[in-house]
Amino acid sequence: MGKLRVVHYINQFFANIGGEEKADFPAELRVGEVVGPGLAFKASFKDEAEIIATIVCGDSYFNENLETAKAQILEMVKAQNPDVFIAGPAFNAGRYGVACGTVADMVSSELGIPAITGMYEENPGADMFKNKVLTIATKNSAAGMRDAVAKMAPLALKLAKNEKIGASCEEGYMPNGVRVNFFEKERGSKRAVKMLLSKLSGKPFTTEYPMPSFDRVDPNPAVKDMAHARVALVTSGGIVPKGNPDHIESSSASHYGEYDISGVFDLTSDTYETAHGGYDPCYANQDADRVLPVDVLRDLEKEGKIGKLHEKFYTTTGNGTSVASSKAFAAEFSAKLKADGVDAVILTST
Amino acid sequence: MRLEMGHIHIKDIRFSEESKIVDGVLFVCEDEIRKIVLEDEKIKSVTFDIAKPGESTRITPVKDVIEPRVKVEGRGGIFPGVIAKVDTVGSGKTYALKGMAVVTAGRIVGFQEGIIDMSGPGADYTPFSKLINFVMVCEPEEGIEPHHYEQAVRLAGFRVAVRLGELAKELTPDETKVYETCGIKEGIEKYPDLPRVAYVHMLQSQGLLHDTYVYGVDAKKSLTTMMSPTEIMDGAIVSGNCVSACDKNTTYHHLNNPVIHDLFEEHGKTLNFVCHILTNENVYLADKMRSSDWTAKLCRMLDLDGVIVSQEGFGNPDTDLIMNCKKIEAEGVKTVIITDEYAGRDGKSQSLADADVAADAVVTGGNANQLIRLPKLDKVIGTLDYVTKIAGSSADAIMDDGSYEVELQVITGATNEMGFNCLSAR
Repeated sequence: MGKLRVVHYINQFFANIGGEEKADFPAELRVGEVVGPGLAFKASFKDEAEIIATIVCGDSYFNENLETAKAQILEMVKAQNPDVFIAGPAFNAGRYGVACGTVADMVSSELGIPAITGMYEENPGADMFKNKVLTIATKNSAAGMRDAVAKMAPLALKLAKNEKIGASCEEGYMPNGVRVNFFEKERGSKRAVKMLLSKLSGKPFTTEYPMPSFDRVDPNPAVKDMAHARVALVTSGGIVPKGNPDHIESSSASHYGEYDISGVFDLTSDTYETAHGGYDPCYANQDADRVLPVDVLRDLEKEGKIGKLHEKFYTTTGNGTSVASSKAFAAEFSAKLKADGVDAVILTST
Repeated sequence: MRLEMGHIHIKDIRFSEESKIVDGVLFVCEDEIRKIVLEDEKIKSVTFDIAKPGESTRITPVKDVIEPRVKVEGRGGIFPGVIAKVDTVGSGKTYALKGMAVVTAGRIVGFQEGIIDMSGPGADYTPFSKLINFVMVCEPEEGIEPHHYEQAVRLAGFRVAVRLGELAKELTPDETKVYETCGIKEGIEKYPDLPRVAYVHMLQSQGLLHDTYVYGVDAKKSLTTMMSPTEIMDGAIVSGNCVSACDKNTTYHHLNNPVIHDLFEEHGKTLNFVCHILTNENVYLADKMRSSDWTAKLCRMLDLDGVIVSQEGFGNPDTDLIMNCKKIEAEGVKTVIITDEYAGRDGKSQSLADADVAADAVVTGGNANQLIRLPKLDKVIGTLDYVTKIAGSSADAIMDDGSYEVELQVITGATNEMGFNCLSAR
């Protein structure tokens, strides 16, 4: 197998063209040339990979001619068709960091070529791109080059070889919102004791899971006229027709079910059951109305207290199902409920 | 309270005419143990098997894992209020059979039992692949309801573990460890400069087979309370639940609670381990509010500086975890919480069902939704009938080559929230 092919992107400063006064240097492709930090990458790659081309672009040129520069650089990379694309590292240089993030994101999303960059965590480019591009956290100045390359080069090789990427703390990239499992050296309880001792003595510690900003939903205003409202039932309690025809998983559901209850006045142990694996299913299986109260709503319908029970219900198992999946399910069936003229939904869990 | 723990290392388990332990080998008389299991009329039959580390063996559906122990000196007996009579345990001398476990299996509920692989990639994720397992697969009498069957198997496991533990009573342990905590006043006088630390232990108590028992008391019917940290070592807490296998605290976990053992390591050196606070994870909001209020109140009354909070299960109990954390921090007591994550198979989703800024020190046991490919193994103890149905699996789990593609969720103890494992996530 030949060497893996790398294209490297740097700015005018790291190409030794000049500082701010040369920042208008236009994008330039140097085929077969290894420039500036590229030499450190070359040394680190040994025989595994080679830099087949370096793209040099002034920071002002890039930012002031954004669309043109992007198009030019994209063409350059496309023509070289590398196995992996490396931008920077940019350390704490703000415009360079944004340029690195922009081109790396563009190369991976538009050309499907894996791309990485590296920069200081306070570089404005970090916040803009760390969730889109694997971004190695570097020191804040070029004095950290050796350290940066020591992390970027192996990660670039892994990407080029399509190998599994480890957790952020193992590979050195900034946490990017994707949780990756790995084995720590010490067990969790030991880590907890150490973390507590640090917290108690005011020493720095790093939480293993920074709290997400939580999506809290305010309830809609009350329905004014229930007597004419079309009411639907939606449940995360896993109630399905007997036999679970759509194979909704007992945990971590990959889909939801839509079932017609026209003419159904009571859910019985012969007709309905739960697919949910998070609770003892005995009582739900005996009488699924306990989770999805069709019987009571039919009574209310008859008594004229609600207008109509909607003929379809939506169901999934909440057990272990990710928030992202739940949101996706709800976005889809909420649109159906709206289109069907449903005025109110009763959500039941387990 | 002072407890001396003697460890008897078990190197092998063999079936034999007579039950005994000789030179680290546990000989088990099947007929004798069968009688102990079948004392309960709800169990129709039982088969025994032995699974050793490295073997191409899969045990499933796994219900509970239990370490045999015996009380040698001091008050009470193993599993007080469940097997032994009610009496305060945690002092004197206790022996444990290390390197082995009793594993109970059977079809039971069929959703939340787990898998223990003795070799292959799955074995890396369960601590029980490193033990020699004495497995008892129990079949119920016809017409027995799942929860009665579950209870019968649970108690049979404890009876068998106690019987095997008793075989060690006259032996000399291979190693001995001493665990001792002091009274409140004594601790303050003895360690005036050390931070006062307790362990807040959230017990699974969502009900409907999600239960934990303390001295035989169903934890959901108890207010937040406290124990001496050595009491668990005599089986004061037993598992009676079937939450997803990966973050279920088995009875083995309770006996060997890693937070308690690791706090003991630092006791008298960097911290003063004051006590073990027990709280629950009930499903009603009023219960959650009451229990977390009481937890925070106890932390304050004990003048604690810090606590470690551990969890069992996920989703609904995440709210208890965050309530506890928030309220304890509000009392000026620092917290570290241990949990696991359900971040989706792609790892991109929010990991917990609740969150708060007060939870700024989190230890994670990993993302339970992560997929793993479990290859076909030569031997199955139990049945594969439920592999596509248990929590963390799916109808599409069976691959063409006979392997299973499932979430870590199915593996017993994989993402333990007492911090039993090294698995983590970032």
